[in-house]
Amino acid sequence: MLPKVLNNFFDEMGSISRFGFRFFKEGFVPRYEFREMIRQCYYVGYRSLPLVGLTAFIMGLVITIQSRPTLVEFGAEDWLPKMVSVSLLREITPVITALICAGKIGSGMGAELGSMKVTEQIDAMEVSGTNPFKYLVVTRVFATTLMIPLLAILGDAISLYGAYLGCNIRGVVSWQLYWNQVFETITYGDLIPSVLKTFFFGYAIGVIGCFKGYYSSKGTEGVGQSANSAVVLSSLLIFIIDLLAVQIIDILNLT
Amino acid sequence: METKTDISKQPAVASTEIVISIAGLHKSFGSNKVLRDFCLDVKRGESVAVIGKSGSGKSVLIKCIIGLIDPDSGSINVLGNEVTKLDHIKLDRLRVKVAFLFQSNALYDSMTVRENLEFPLRRHWVNTTKEEVDVLVVEALTNVGLAHTIDMMPSELSGGMRKRVALARTLIMKPEIILYDEPTTGLDPITAREISNLMVDIQKKYNTSSIIISHDLNCVKLTANKIVMLIDGKNYAEGKYEELSKSEDEKVKNFYI
Repeated sequence: MLPKVLNNFFDEMGSISRFGFRFFKEGFVPRYEFREMIRQCYYVGYRSLPLVGLTAFIMGLVITIQSRPTLVEFGAEDWLPKMVSVSLLREITPVITALICAGKIGSGMGAELGSMKVTEQIDAMEVSGTNPFKYLVVTRVFATTLMIPLLAILGDAISLYGAYLGCNIRGVVSWQLYWNQVFETITYGDLIPSVLKTFFFGYAIGVIGCFKGYYSSKGTEGVGQSANSAVVLSSLLIFIIDLLAVQIIDILNLT
Repeated sequence: METKTDISKQPAVASTEIVISIAGLHKSFGSNKVLRDFCLDVKRGESVAVIGKSGSGKSVLIKCIIGLIDPDSGSINVLGNEVTKLDHIKLDRLRVKVAFLFQSNALYDSMTVRENLEFPLRRHWVNTTKEEVDVLVVEALTNVGLAHTIDMMPSELSGGMRKRVALARTLIMKPEIILYDEPTTGLDPITAREISNLMVDIQKKYNTSSIIISHDLNCVKLTANKIVMLIDGKNYAEGKYEELSKSEDEKVKNFYI
């Protein structure tokens, strides 16, 4: 027999998987909650943009400044824009964007739905003849799945601008030369897989955040726990998805 | 001192048509048997109060009626529909005719009062124009005396006002049955009496049938045609308020002390 901790873990994983599949089962049949979905896209996308943008800018700047001494040591300073742009686009910006969103959006969803659960608002929705899963979960999961790739693409652009400034702190690289080097280096093989994996990041953040809130219990204490565990679990899942994505990209030789 | 009951606020007389029929209802949570062979009939226009100790299964009962909780066995027939056998679509259609007033009010706190009331309308009466929706919302709020709160958020309202708004939300779909889960709990005696009077007015105006879960005997006395006492998961005693108040049974007498 499995120890209780493992048993609970597999039990929870099974419940999350069923919850995730239910999104596909209910998300593509009428009635469609377009209005609520647009509202969620606004909250997830537009409201997260300043935080994601600032973080991406700082990451671009910092990675460039940190990488310079090593490249200088090997006499490869000219490679700085190339190396930094590939690192940022392939890995750093998508993962950081997803982690920021897991913290901001995942916890928000866990807390909001958890609070609705303990104050019987989800039950009230159900007894009014509205499917709460469609209205609350499907719209949010759609919003995160569609908006996080967009945020990651914008984050890519902002982080590359940060990297340009980083290149010019200790050296001199013209605007045109910097972008020429960046676009010579990066290929669709760098960009497309990194954008594709952000759809999975977004889906994971939405499903985990909603699952934790939707099945919240134990009153206000449970709401806090839901928000907290939504962040922890979705952050962990982002790294697992990233690891799998790297392996799949490598096996399919997409780079 | 007992409050003198206003005769004009007595609940309306019920017809003979049965709108809710519950037979042999059983529900357990683990080893805790909450409902055991519970039976109840509610006629059109009748208000039935279910009273019992905390944790005796009163709220579970009305949640079974609305399909929020699946019973272990037994039959629940609401307006000619066997609730336990309905699929989601048919259950949602039935729920339009059955309103539920939650103990916690369950107002959507991210929406204004207007949006709270519009929410069920926009889903079920899709052909209703915006002007018609506005008229219905204002009418429902006027019925509970809160038309001025239409653009306020639930967090800006007092407990009694929230209860009235929740009541307006249950009324907006013109339900045939209203299930009240402890409608006066947590309210001061004056507001509790106002809410009880409002429930009687609603029953008379719309001829709704209702099941009222309550500990508040003043509310029960004012609003119910019949009282069902839920003890050990069964309907232990049934009758009018005055009949039960004269009972010699110890368990029944305990509620009237």
